[in-house]
Amino acid sequence: MSDHIVPFKTYFNVILVLIALTVVTVLVSLVDFGVFNLIISMGIATFKAALVLMYFMHLKYDDKSYLVIFLVGVFFLAIIFLFSSFDIITRVVEKSVL
Amino acid sequence: MNVKHHAAHHFRDASHEASASKLGLWIFLCTEILMFGGLFVAYAIYHNQYPEIFLAGSKFLDWKLGSLNTLVLLLSSFTMALSIYYAQKEKLTYSTMCLWITFLCGVIFMVVKYFEYSHKIHDGLLPGELFSHAGSENLGLYFSFYFSMTGLHGSHVLAGLALIFWLIIRSHKKHFGPGYVLPLECVGLFWHLVDLIWIYLFPLLYLVE
Repeated sequence: MSDHIVPFKTYFNVILVLIALTVVTVLVSLVDFGVFNLIISMGIATFKAALVLMYFMHLKYDDKSYLVIFLVGVFFLAIIFLFSSFDIITRVVEKSVL
Repeated sequence: MNVKHHAAHHFRDASHEASASKLGLWIFLCTEILMFGGLFVAYAIYHNQYPEIFLAGSKFLDWKLGSLNTLVLLLSSFTMALSIYYAQKEKLTYSTMCLWITFLCGVIFMVVKYFEYSHKIHDGLLPGELFSHAGSENLGLYFSFYFSMTGLHGSHVLAGLALIFWLIIRSHKKHFGPGYVLPLECVGLFWHLVDLIWIYLFPLLYLVE
């Protein structure tokens, strides 16, 4: 365990950014960017998640083995996402023959 | 003032105990990510196949309540982190106060969820074949996702609340301090993960375009 104490100002800045990004997410949803709406909102969510992980969950300061464990989980999630998107993209629309 | 804490006998010392506990907790968080991940993958597939159902379904949700809950959860994560910070700085009263605020925010989240759920149940906006609202019967698909995703998340919030309440009791007994914040850290990690999942659920369920 690291005895590093994250300064109050860091926590405070992080929460301000998180609140601001929540407002941005809502505002973006009111404008129609077509397919980019989903990409933008997921991008913002991922940035917010990264802030929570790095600062609130101390991944930036703690032992790096925790980061590795977390990334392994995300890696396996990415695999199932990737292969199911292959299926979605290459799916041929046809009537069931059953 | 030193907090009396003796590491369990199978650990060399307190820091050995802390690193082992946190390692185990991160592995647990991994299994949580994979459990929720399955729901997110299913959401991606069905949303891609039936975008109009998800768009129509999300119109029944109040984005204002969703935003309020997002802010409340973010704030609770902030105060959870602060309770550890204050315990490390030996400001124990502040630390306990932060835990109470975290607990309160969690309760507000669940109260808002209760009103949202009861409103939907009243209107027949239910999963799958239970769906009985006027209009397209297929909208039940959206509410299957809505109830399973927010339901699993909500049960995590309830579990987190119980754990935070346990921390509050221990905090009042002055169990934590500069030398010992491990239970605060472990419950904190779990609580932050619950917040993290909501960060994704909010735009996916409330703000569908």
